Amino acid sequence: MIAHSVFFYIFSLIAIVSAVMVTVSKNTVHSVFFLILDFISISCLFIMIGAEFLGMIMLIVYVGAVAVLFLFVVMMLNVAEQKGQWFSSRWDGGTHIPVGLLVSLIIFFELIVVIGGWKYKPDLLNSLSINISTEVTNTRSIGNVLYTDYIHLFQISGMILLVAMIGAIVLTYRERAGVKRQSYVKQISRERDEGVDLVEAERNKGVKIDV
Amino acid sequence: MFSIGLGHYLTLAAIIFTIGVVGIFLNRKNVIVILMSIELILLAVNINLVAFSIFINDLSGQIFTLFILTVAAAEAAIGLAIIVVYFRNSNTIRVEEIKNLKG
Repeated sequence: MIAHSVFFYIFSLIAIVSAVMVTVSKNTVHSVFFLILDFISISCLFIMIGAEFLGMIMLIVYVGAVAVLFLFVVMMLNVAEQKGQWFSSRWDGGTHIPVGLLVSLIIFFELIVVIGGWKYKPDLLNSLSINISTEVTNTRSIGNVLYTDYIHLFQISGMILLVAMIGAIVLTYRERAGVKRQSYVKQISRERDEGVDLVEAERNKGVKIDV
Repeated sequence: MFSIGLGHYLTLAAIIFTIGVVGIFLNRKNVIVILMSIELILLAVNINLVAFSIFINDLSGQIFTLFILTVAAAEAAIGLAIIVVYFRNSNTIRVEEIKNLKG
């Protein structure tokens, strides 16, 4: 129990510090690295608490796909010139910083008040339908529920991914001028007459070819 | 102090959520950091859902976390595509220079 709490504090400390570093670090590439660190520590927390499947999926999806996508876009766009800027505003005198901090502090204290005063009704536990069974593994129990009770939501989320993929391709696709490319229709509809020309060759004179 | 309960996880989620909101409010650097802050906020929501799912002993929270993961991945892809297109058109993604809407 002691080790559990010690690891909880270590991982959550790393997560909080790296979340702060995501927002305040001057270099965008460093922000992406701290985002990766944040995801990894949170997925360690998930694995510790008993949601192994979600922890691993977080590693695969966030660290493997989303963070690498961020890194790719940061490297593709030329944002290195903005390194020296840190919350600086060129025109207004920077009044957004105290106001933003004040609003965020208020949000934080509201959340803390809600957490501190929160209690669930004693008959809530009886009203739940899908209990976590300790006999099968976490992955198996998620699969049991996900492919039966939530199958429509599962397929709709697949549709969301498809739409997102098509949308990203359509948004970033651009027709470039001067790119040579195959045209199947042109190739297939070519007749013999336009491709081949029979020329009568005279002896000792040869054929003059000019296209 | 030494027994980790639901409140600890909820407090951690609240802290990360607030950091994400601060990142959106205070950022004047570029839009990519704002997208990362949105990812942080979604992460905080995921922590909440998983913690409730474990401590109330109901599996639905983890299922919903999976769906939130899906939507977050789609959102990141679309947002980054929009940023790429914007950068291609106006050659900058600084937040203070994106002011076509006079906001």
